[in-house]
Formats: sequence, C-alpha cells, structure tokens
Amino acid sequence: MAKTITIKIDGREIPTEPGRNLVTVAAENGIFIPSLCFYPHIEPPLGTCRVCTCRINGHFGPACMEKTREGLEVEVNTPDLTDTRKALVEMIFAEGNHFCPACEKSGDCDLQHMGYEMGMSKLRFPHLFKDRLIDFNPKRMVIEHNRCVKCRRCVEEVLTTDGRRVFSFCNRGNETVVGIDYDAEAVLSEEQAVAAMHLCPTGAILVKGKSLARPFGDRRFDMESSKIAAPGQPEEKEAQPAGELERKTIATISLAGCFGCHMSMLDIDLGFLDLIELVDFNKSPLNDIKEFTKICDVGLIEGGCCSSENVEVLREFRKKCKLLVAVGECSIWGGLPAMRNMIPLEECLEEAYLNSMSSEEGEFTVPYHEDLPKILDKVYACSDIVKIDYFIPGCPPTATHIWKAVRNLLWNEQYSVLYSEFKYD
Amino acid sequence: MPTSTIPAPASGTQLLDQLWACQNARGYIRDEDVEACAAALGISEIEIEGVISFYHFFHRRPAGRFTIYLNNSIVSEFKGFERVKAAFESATGAVWNGTDPSGLFGLYPTACIGLSDQEPAALINFQPFTNLNSLKVKGIIAQVKNGVPAESLADEIPDHIRYVPDGDKAIFFRPYHPGSAVVKLPAYSPGQVIDLIRQVRLTGRGGAFFPTGLKWESCARQTNPVKYIVCNADEGEPGTFKDRVLMKTAPGLMIEGMIAAGYAVGAQQGIIYLRAEYTWLKPKLDKTIQQFRNLGYLGEDIAGIKGFQFDVRIQLGAGAYVCGEETALLNSLEGKRGEPRTKWFYPTEKGFLDCPTVVNNVETFCAAARALELGAEKILQTGAPDAPGTKVLSVSGDCRLPGIYEVEWGMPLGKLLDLCQADDPHFVQISGPSGICVPAAQRDRLIAPSDLSCGGAVMVFNADRDILRILTNFNDFFKHESCGVCTPCRAGNFILQRKLEKIEKGLAYEDDFKELIAWGNIMKKTSRCGLGRTAPNTLIAALEQFPAYFAAKAGNKGDGLNKNFDLEQAETAYDQFAP
Repeated sequence: MAKTITIKIDGREIPTEPGRNLVTVAAENGIFIPSLCFYPHIEPPLGTCRVCTCRINGHFGPACMEKTREGLEVEVNTPDLTDTRKALVEMIFAEGNHFCPACEKSGDCDLQHMGYEMGMSKLRFPHLFKDRLIDFNPKRMVIEHNRCVKCRRCVEEVLTTDGRRVFSFCNRGNETVVGIDYDAEAVLSEEQAVAAMHLCPTGAILVKGKSLARPFGDRRFDMESSKIAAPGQPEEKEAQPAGELERKTIATISLAGCFGCHMSMLDIDLGFLDLIELVDFNKSPLNDIKEFTKICDVGLIEGGCCSSENVEVLREFRKKCKLLVAVGECSIWGGLPAMRNMIPLEECLEEAYLNSMSSEEGEFTVPYHEDLPKILDKVYACSDIVKIDYFIPGCPPTATHIWKAVRNLLWNEQYSVLYSEFKYD
Repeated sequence: MPTSTIPAPASGTQLLDQLWACQNARGYIRDEDVEACAAALGISEIEIEGVISFYHFFHRRPAGRFTIYLNNSIVSEFKGFERVKAAFESATGAVWNGTDPSGLFGLYPTACIGLSDQEPAALINFQPFTNLNSLKVKGIIAQVKNGVPAESLADEIPDHIRYVPDGDKAIFFRPYHPGSAVVKLPAYSPGQVIDLIRQVRLTGRGGAFFPTGLKWESCARQTNPVKYIVCNADEGEPGTFKDRVLMKTAPGLMIEGMIAAGYAVGAQQGIIYLRAEYTWLKPKLDKTIQQFRNLGYLGEDIAGIKGFQFDVRIQLGAGAYVCGEETALLNSLEGKRGEPRTKWFYPTEKGFLDCPTVVNNVETFCAAARALELGAEKILQTGAPDAPGTKVLSVSGDCRLPGIYEVEWGMPLGKLLDLCQADDPHFVQISGPSGICVPAAQRDRLIAPSDLSCGGAVMVFNADRDILRILTNFNDFFKHESCGVCTPCRAGNFILQRKLEKIEKGLAYEDDFKELIAWGNIMKKTSRCGLGRTAPNTLIAALEQFPAYFAAKAGNKGDGLNKNFDLEQAETAYDQFAP
C-alpha cells in the first residue's frame, strides 16, 4: 500500500499519496484550481496556459507542474492569486479572436467555462484583434486559428497510426501558431479526427460535416458550476427588498448593436408592468423618446461604437446619466461587429460596396455624405470612449441578469447572479 | 594529427546542421529539403517547418546571395539605424525584409549581434561590418557587386578592452598561456575541483548567478555514465558583447573551464552552443580546439590523468534569443524548436538527450579556469566581500569609450560612468532589456550582486534620448523573441505594446501607467521561463524611477469622457472615401 503524506492547501490538511498531480488531488478534495492546458494523462504536463498559477511553498508556480510531496503547502484562493489567474484567462481572450455567440463550441468550451467560473465580465486588457487565418485546406478538418489558445494538447496527443505528429507549433513570439501537416491529417481516420476536435479546449479544431453544436441547456457548461461541489461557494440569496422604493429614471440606447439586448430587457414579460410602476424611461427606443429631458439615474448602453454618431450619443449619455452600464458583449468590447476589427476599414468597404456580387455595373461608390455618420476605423468598446461604471456580459444577457443588476444599482437590492445566468452567448 | 574523440551525434539531433547545409547551399530551404529532412527522420514535415520557422536565420524563400542582417537594437537605433537602413535599401534595391528583384541581396532586421560598441553594425553573409554610415554602405555594396567576396571586405573587429583593475587584480584579461589551468588538474580530485569552485563562490555569469559549485556537484552526483558539459555562447542579451571578446582574445580559457567541469562531474563531451551571429568567430574556436587536441588537453588521458577523456564540439545556433535560456538551448542542441522546457527536471538530472548536463556561460567557464590557474586565495583577494572576483562588463551607448570593462565587484556606478566617459548620462540600462534601468544620478549604486547584479551589459543613454523609444524597442524585441509557448509572455508582451502605443499617441492617462506596472507584475509571476519573467523589468523600473517623464505624458480623463480619445484619427480611414 502506498505511503500516505499530508499536504496543505489554503491551510487545510489533506492526506494523499506522494507523487500525484496537485490539480487532480485538489479537485478530489473539492478545491477547484482553474486550468486549461492540463490533461491528466499527459506527462510531463504541458505547463503552457499558466491559468493554474498558485503560490507553492511561497513561490508562484503552476499547480499542474507540482507533484504531491511531504511538506507541500499551497495557497490557491487568496485575492491576489484569484485575480492573477483571472488575468491570464483575460489575456487569452484578449489575444485570440473569441466571438462566443458565433462559435460552434460555445457552451462546451473550456476557455469560456474558465471565464464563467472566474466571473469575467470585462477584460482589463485591450483586445488585440490580430488578423488570423481559418485554414480550410486539410482534408477533414478546419483549423480556426482565431480560437486557438496554444495549449499544445493537439501537438502532443494527435498522432497518425504510424506515430507521426499532425500538429506542431510554428513561428514564435506573438506570431506563434499551431501548424497542421496536411499529409498526416489526410491519413487520420474519422474517429481520430473527431477525437482531435474534442481534445481541443476551444473550437479551434473542427471536423467538416461533424457539428459540435448542441442545444442551449444541454451543453457542458450551461447550468452547473464545477465549483458547486466545493464548500464555501455562494448560493443563491433570497432577494432582500429594500422597503419603500423611490421612483427612478432610466435611459437606454442601442449603438452598434442588434437590439437583441433591448429584446432581452423585454423578456421579463409581465415583470415589466411591475417595473413601470417604479421607473420612468427617459431617452430610450422602448418609448421612442429621442432627447434627454432630465438627468437619469442609470443609462443602459447596448452596442459598441462603430461611427461618429455612436461616439456623440455615448458622450451625451455619459453627461446625462449618473451611472452607465454596458449591456452585452458589443458594448463591453465590440462583440460581433468587431469581427471587422481584424481587417482594415478600406477592405471592408470595398468588399461591401465595390466588389460585392450585388454591386451594379458602373456603381462604384462607397456612401459618403455630410448627413451620414462617419464610420470609424474599427469598432470601439464603450469604455474606450467614456467611463463605464458596470458591465453585464452576454449576447444578449438574460432578462433576469439585466434586471437584477439594475435593481441592485437603483435600490441596492441584493441578488446573486446564478451560474446559469452568467453567459457570453 | 589527433581527431575528435566524440562519436558522431545521432542524426535526429543534428537537424540544425542539416538545415544550415540546405540554407547555405542556396540561400534558403526548399520544399524538397523539408521533405528530405522529414523523410530522413521519419517525422512529419510540419515538425521540420516548426523548427525552421522558430529560427530567424532560416528562410523558406530565397534570401539573396548576399544576405544582410542589420541590427535593430536600441544602441543601433540611436546611432543611425534608419539612415543605414535607407542606404542599404537604395544601394541594393532590396526591400526591407526581402530581396531585390534579381535576388542578389536580401535585407533583414536582426536583434543585437554583439557589436554594440561599434554600432550601427550589420552581418553580410555572417561577416561583421561595423560603424556603418551611408557612405560606407555604398562602398561595400559597390564592391560586392563587383564580385569582391564579403569575407575580404568585413571589418577587423577591435576588442576595445578599456579597463582592467590595477595591481595584478585582473582575472580575465591577463596574459594567457594555453594549458595553464589544465595542467593543475592532476593535483585535484574531481571533488576537490568542485570544492575550489565553491570556495571562490563562483556564480553563473550569464546573469542568473546560480552557484556554479552547486550545479557541478548536482551533476557529479548523477549515476548516468554519459554526461555533458555545455557552454552557453549564445550571448543574445542586447548590449552584451563580453563573451565575444572573451572568445576572441582567449578561446582556450573557456575550453579549459569546460575541461575542468568535465573532470569534476565525470563528463566525456563538451558542446559549445555558438550563436550564429558569431559564426565569424568559429574558425578561431575550431583552431583552438585542434590546438588543444594536439597538446593533449583534449582527447584521452588529458594532462596525464588516466582514464580522463574529454572532447569538445561546436553547435551553431540559428537566431533565437530565447536559446540563451539553458533548457531552450538544450532543445535547440537536440535539433528542436528552442522552447524552454518545464522545470519537471533540472538539466543536471536530465539535460541534453536526457543525460545529466552542466550548462554554463562562457565567462563562467573562463572564471573557473582562472580559479584553477591562480588558486582560490588570489581570487578571494579581489572584488566585494559578498562576491569575490571580477566581472566583465560590456559598455555601450552614449559614452566616448564603449567597450569591455573588467571591474571588481563593488564598483560604484558613477565610477564606471566616469571611466567610459559617459556624455551627459541620464538613463543607464543594467543587464540589457531584461535587466533594469537606473537614473544616472544614482552614482553610488554598486555593481555587485547585492545591488546592481549585472549580467554583462551596461547601456548608457543621455538626456536627449526618449525613454519611451527605449521601452518600445525593448518591448518589440521581447514580443518577437518570446518562444510563444506560454500565455503571459506571448500575449503579455503584445498587450504591453498596445499600451505603449497608446502612450506614444498621447492617449494615455495616469491609470494606464498603473496598469502597465500591474500587468508587468502578472507576467513576472506567471511566465514559464526567465524571458517572460524579466521582460517587463525595465518598463516597471522606468515607470517607478522616472515618474516626472511619464506624468508629463498623461492626459486628462475629464469627467469620464476620456478626452484623449481621438475621434478625428478614428475617422481618417473613412475620410479617404470622401468624393
């Protein structure tokens, strides 16, 4: 029988056997250490994503690279470590081009899941919007480089039957990509290709004709947090009514958005009737009031800024609203309209107006008139233009999430946002 | 004539040599070459592509019969890089980062080539050309076009040894006679050599200052009969050129240090990992190795020690700063991408080809050889109380006497600035971009492990040099040179660049400076190897040490309206469609 040793995680003594992986041992004991590249049977571990960074016997280090041994003392859930790990996940989001609502893997994506677990609503880092390829050349696969997090799992694990690698890191620095060997890929069986697709923590490896998509609610990370089993996690609190509620004023706007977030606001259905008793809507598409008539308590902003008019309106909102809330992915960081941020504006306009199939012979103009708002070089997050006080993620955020947040801001009512309500898609 | 006693290395580990052969044959690596290498090794072509694309001296497209690499380090930038670049473009007709239409010339940027005392400098077919200016460039290219080989046009590289301590205290730059360390070996047992190294408290001179004795001992303890000694001659830290001068003036000293290490830990083979930028030093090293074999200092029964067999070979790198990290270097030696390994094993346990390996810097081996030659007592009489001995510094930038300074540990910064005749110094960069910056006014700071522990580079900048330009140059360097494996280094350096661009455009606020420090610290805490952990060092130090400079760059947020947001700039792309 194996020897038993004791390790300490956040002060808690945990008996285990020596030489086991720290991430695994922690998970068995209900302690969640976030990780992306970690895959239990790859040894030595890859140690690429760094998302499992903890303080190990006083030094920062990735938990996945640590074997249990006598005297091992690990800090996992201190405020600085939690923030550091969150920063790493944010970095991965900032570096790639991750448009969750447009991704087949959404809901089943390890990266997105890490974002949920860490409560990531807005990145502290600027999105890099680096132009990346989508490679349709392989026989069975499509490689979506926008979504690759360079975890290295596929490099190590996807081999042909005769032992050749299908993937390899190529280039270096910020140009690093996972290259695919077309010849090796072509000899993979369909099962091997599908296994590679599932091995990928995000939606970077797709197999033609094999959909990953599953209905909402059935996906791996839709309903339940992997932290739920762990003790000490917050549970849903009873709403605490704040007694007599003062009447407040709200303004809303949709900038470079699709009005989906406004649709979501309406999704509280009959609850809206109760709300009308408590709030006035000032400038808003919901009541079609075009101009501000007073200072509002809260401004809800849908959409980012893609034109000079968006910038003007947003600045007006900042002046007229005590609190500004960015609602939905587009207002938080650009969202789907920001898909054009990887491509120069000239190319976008030429493609849309000059080279498109519907362009008429002899019609070679890009609309430009003093009455038209000017299109900006890229889609900006609202927080690039003005100070935003709060962010509600989602595409769109669910109705309950929006109104819980607004009620909290207006009347300081306490709610907890459930795991199942906090989503990027 | 005695020949190498090293058995031919396994072919898989010699991929770099094979790729060099292909590259040298035609100036680039063809699809057929990739196919052939993959077939020979029985691996996928993508793995070969992965290796090729890691090293920036390997090309997959023709790169000119004469390939010019112009150094873009900060010292070069300040000494006229842009003008020299323009001169090369007009003289050769080559486009930057490409070739001329005829394919005669290729013109590419490269990171520091170890000639910071003679910038702007370039390599043409790996021969050094220094102190370049427009006129000189014109002359060189005209002669090359007339068929004069680049080798015969290359500059003689002066050593610029400007200072050694008085009173016979020099350790490195004193007269050298081949074999003076090796002949002392028979008087020592292997364990006693390690004791001696410990006694003189030698630490790793590449800049990490890990105790050398501890490293050797840990390797000596391993039971594997096959062990390796690797000399890290991949001096890539911008501003550093001390190893160039050490290898040029006394290559034997370094080899003697390797022999001593081989004797101490029980290794039979030594490998010098020489950066490709120093290809022009290779003939001299080859000659010295042969000379040592002839003298019986390499081969069998060295210095009469029965059964002590040791020999040395050279492995050429191919252009990657990160290969100076010891585990990345080991991967590169094995013919792989030069990605640092995880710390699952130490190199002294499983290093080159999974065998116990000692990796030390050129200067460390030289110091070890001198310790044997001069004895511990002599070494202990020099330097600072906590760090005996001397340190070789390479000084460059805004000073009249750039070059090599062998200083005793503990020299005040002010004295060094006076010695090199720094011209109105303002910003001193210690240990290259991965080190730290110090205001030149802090003259009392000591060059010592306890204060400014300098790996070798000292770059001096005067008050006219824009600090932001220094920082963006460094950041750009790290962004390119990161191996790309771990998130914080690969993405972090890129993210920092965006923030620096924001400051450059005058769009920054006070908060941005605080965020830069916080983000830099995240990279330091979480990166996988020393590159990412040190990349933000200078940036953080500059923000802390030069607050007035940055305060002047901060804009006014103005009631949450981010007044610096430049709407007009954001509209310019669209405005070109105005009728």
